[in-house]
Amino acid sequence: MKAAVVVFPGSNCDEDCFHALRDVAGAEVRYFWHKEKNLPKCDLLVLPGGFSYGDYLRTGAIARFAPAMEAVARHAREGRPVIGICNGFQILLEAGLLPGAMLRNQSLSFICDHVFLRTETAKSPFTNRLEKGRVLGLPIAHGEGNYFCSPDTLRRLQDEDRIAFRYSSTDGRLGDEFNPNGSVDHIAGILNEGRNVLGLMPHPERAGESVLGSEDGKKIWESLMA
Amino acid sequence: MFKAKINVTLKESVLDPQGKTILNALGTLGINGVKDVRVGKYFVLNLDTSNRAQAEEHVRKICDKLLVNPVIEKYELISLEGEGR
Repeated sequence: MKAAVVVFPGSNCDEDCFHALRDVAGAEVRYFWHKEKNLPKCDLLVLPGGFSYGDYLRTGAIARFAPAMEAVARHAREGRPVIGICNGFQILLEAGLLPGAMLRNQSLSFICDHVFLRTETAKSPFTNRLEKGRVLGLPIAHGEGNYFCSPDTLRRLQDEDRIAFRYSSTDGRLGDEFNPNGSVDHIAGILNEGRNVLGLMPHPERAGESVLGSEDGKKIWESLMA
Repeated sequence: MFKAKINVTLKESVLDPQGKTILNALGTLGINGVKDVRVGKYFVLNLDTSNRAQAEEHVRKICDKLLVNPVIEKYELISLEGEGR
């Protein structure tokens, strides 16, 4: 598999993603600088976490206009997988490649923690090595991960099986006490209509090796490699 | 030249955690009688045009394209002052 990690000024999980893809997943990886326009054909695009453009205006609002984003949109339109992690998820929302928007965490605090998510669908290139209901332990680190969308959009996400992950207890129960940021319907990750674009707040790239405390993130890379 | 002043706030239907926190802080300070607090952003744009209609159209386009995320926010053009028609 050939993968590219998009790098914006202020990205800070780009090297982690690069490492996870090359050393954990065994993919061929390159960086794709935000000013580049021509993306050599690749199978997977990763929008990493960080604070692109200092989070000015709104998280992801400026990154959306980067020249590289045209290549990202084209790649997505062609049906090839794009994964946006944390700030990458925020950028995909601002770019309109996923529906909804991010609000400040309900607590107003930046949360750096280890959380649990329940896999809600195995029907995507990112989750085909998981089964519905499977709980993953992954780290989160964000100030604006409080996912919001209109009631109509939420109904569509539910009806079309496009909620990929929900925050849960270790044994897969849902509840406000397991929802770190106040996200609507405990949403941690969603898919686009074509199911080839995934945005999620937790960091699978930081949980792919036992030395990091969890290998659960590997499942997402394994699904993509399958 | 026209000067546009714009307020961007979260829509009424969107919970404003910052506003809520400020409201709670007011209560803690013993300042009562405030029913609700909403927090927003304030923008001042200096526009290089002498045509009022053009200036307003420009401002609305800027708001729709960049300053406002219509999923969660709304804006109000509070004033548009300047020399011109």
